[in-house]
Amino acid sequence: MFEFLGITPQALYSQLLVGLINGSFYALMSLGLAVIFGMLNIINFTHGAQYMLGAFLAWIGLTQLGAWLGSPEFVMNYWVALIVVPMIVGMLGIVIERTMLRHLYKLDHLYGLLLTFGIALIIEGVFRYWYGVSGQQYEIPDELRGAINLGFMYLPKYRAWVIVISLIVCFGTWFVIERTKLGAYLRAGTENPRLVQAFGVNVPLMITLTYGFGVALAGFAGVLAAPIFTVSPTMGANLIIVVFAVVVIGGMGSILGSIVTGLALGLIEGLTKVFYPEASAVVVFVIMSIVLLVRPAGLFGREH
Amino acid sequence: MKQTLISLLVASALCSASGVALSQQKPAAVAAGAAKISDGVVKIGILTDLSGLYSDLSGAGSVTAARMAIEDFQAREKPAFKIELVSADHQNKGDVASNKAREWFERDSVDMIGDLVTTSTALAVMPIAKEKNRITIVSGAASTLVTGKNCTDTNVHYVYDTYALANGTGKAVVKQGGDTWFFLTADYAFGHSLEKDTSEVVIANGGKVLGSVRHPFPGTDFSSFLLKAQSSGAKVIGLANAGTDTTNSIKQAAEFGIMPKQSLAGLLMFLTDIHSLGLKTAQNMYLTEGFYWDLNAETRAWSKRFFDKQKRMPTMVQAGVYSSTMHYLNAIKAVGTDEAKAVMAKMKETPVNDFFAKNARIREDGRLVHDFYLLQVKKPEESKYPWDYYHVRQVIPANDAVAPLAKSECPLVKK
Repeated sequence: MFEFLGITPQALYSQLLVGLINGSFYALMSLGLAVIFGMLNIINFTHGAQYMLGAFLAWIGLTQLGAWLGSPEFVMNYWVALIVVPMIVGMLGIVIERTMLRHLYKLDHLYGLLLTFGIALIIEGVFRYWYGVSGQQYEIPDELRGAINLGFMYLPKYRAWVIVISLIVCFGTWFVIERTKLGAYLRAGTENPRLVQAFGVNVPLMITLTYGFGVALAGFAGVLAAPIFTVSPTMGANLIIVVFAVVVIGGMGSILGSIVTGLALGLIEGLTKVFYPEASAVVVFVIMSIVLLVRPAGLFGREH
Repeated sequence: MKQTLISLLVASALCSASGVALSQQKPAAVAAGAAKISDGVVKIGILTDLSGLYSDLSGAGSVTAARMAIEDFQAREKPAFKIELVSADHQNKGDVASNKAREWFERDSVDMIGDLVTTSTALAVMPIAKEKNRITIVSGAASTLVTGKNCTDTNVHYVYDTYALANGTGKAVVKQGGDTWFFLTADYAFGHSLEKDTSEVVIANGGKVLGSVRHPFPGTDFSSFLLKAQSSGAKVIGLANAGTDTTNSIKQAAEFGIMPKQSLAGLLMFLTDIHSLGLKTAQNMYLTEGFYWDLNAETRAWSKRFFDKQKRMPTMVQAGVYSSTMHYLNAIKAVGTDEAKAVMAKMKETPVNDFFAKNARIREDGRLVHDFYLLQVKKPEESKYPWDYYHVRQVIPANDAVAPLAKSECPLVKK
């Protein structure tokens, strides 16, 4: 039915699937941003750098750590990295929150943004200094090598894994925040911290952990990305702007909004690549402009 | 909400302005002596990518190469004039490059700007240099426009261009039986130029071009484009892009099972890209370069000195920055002035004879005519020592490597 546009259905399906894979990354990244903004009112511009950090730490664990520790046979494999690296990145995030960000909560958003933007530049600069920009290669783990023949395309097993695991993580996070008691505390803590504190909940600790969790999501996305993208200091900067557009379209702070918009924009971008590839880099921003004109609070956001 | 939006706008503005340019201020006092050297100082500016995609293949390494050239020249010639070096990051943006160039020429009296990686920055700076009567030596940029339609009489295109690369790699791959091509092209001047030049070579050698797809620059995910290339059924997928765009394309092509049914041809790849990809992924690929560190005793000797300072072997761009800076300084010494026209005439008159090029001459359109090398990436087991990456398959003689003057669109070429 698409033949009249010069596109076979096979090509269309495969492009949609590839779009969905990219959408999973957008969703995972924008989810972390939405959690942090929704709970802390901080626009976390370090997110791209933290994503890059996740990928780099995974690479360091696989190829460098053994030598550093003096036993070259020691290797942190992919599966361990998938759990350990987000924790490390999250911990580093917590240090940033405890020592710097917390002094800015009462000020305008702009201050938090400038601080996190500055930190992002520093982290990227340090890695550029150490490792250069050409990038490092991270091998796909043996278990996920090869491809599945779907008839219309070869789907690399690793890409299928990316879709599955990121959907699980995204909807798991949504469930915890929107449907559990812990999530209820979190949301109440943002609405009225004093009242919640009066009920005996340690609000500052909760906020710190939330920031750590949001950042850990970025680190997790970084580890997921390491085997398919070149691990380089600029990898986060390339992604972060699109992810911010996703968050704005979805509605700042909306958990479900960021997940759904992330996936949807991945699909739309995929479609653009079929019909007019030159526009694929701008289509997200065109949509952002339209959404801002029609619904300034974003598709899923609430007007304050 | 509104505040948030404003913040986001501010942030994106910050993003585009990031990458802090650095430049040393020249002291206001003007040294006496060296009568015909303007203000007694020869000032060289390396305008390059210090923070982005191309900072490994040019960047700080190019600054090091220029500094080495200056130090070697001073040690050997003991010149009466002072030589200063400044450097700045042009962020691969034409407007940033032209602003910096104007500032350097007007305020800091820079005499020559070198490196100029990324075609858009080279094309932005060249006309300003011409207007101010200063010299540009392009080592980093690739487009044939530099010595074609946009050529200037104060510019040299020293290292390589898309014609030489297309000609070397394109011809070799078609001869090996890769006669149907599909292009994956970075969507800006350089990518278009590379695609056009390679298509012409493929067709001239009896091959066919089945199509092309243009991707945004810089990109991260190339799978959509690779799927298009895959369904085209072409035997060869030509990568008309550079830097991490190329390495990501190659990595993802392996993932989607494109090889060995189809093969990839990297049309602009540097030593640093092969180093990043690793021989396991890059093995057997053909590529063309204007310089390789491990060609002979002379190239090895210089490259090892470079390695001691930079901890990486030099790319052809970095080697070119050294060689061209030296050629420029020699010309100044010979004519005793740093006035652009006189120096340029001397540079064009004198052949380049060093580790980088043998008996190479600068043509009237500014192109340095030197040998190129058709290289093939070694298999991991063939690599004997660090940075041992290439088999030299063929030396492409200078006159075959560059576009013939007869076809030149450069207004300086008299026909």
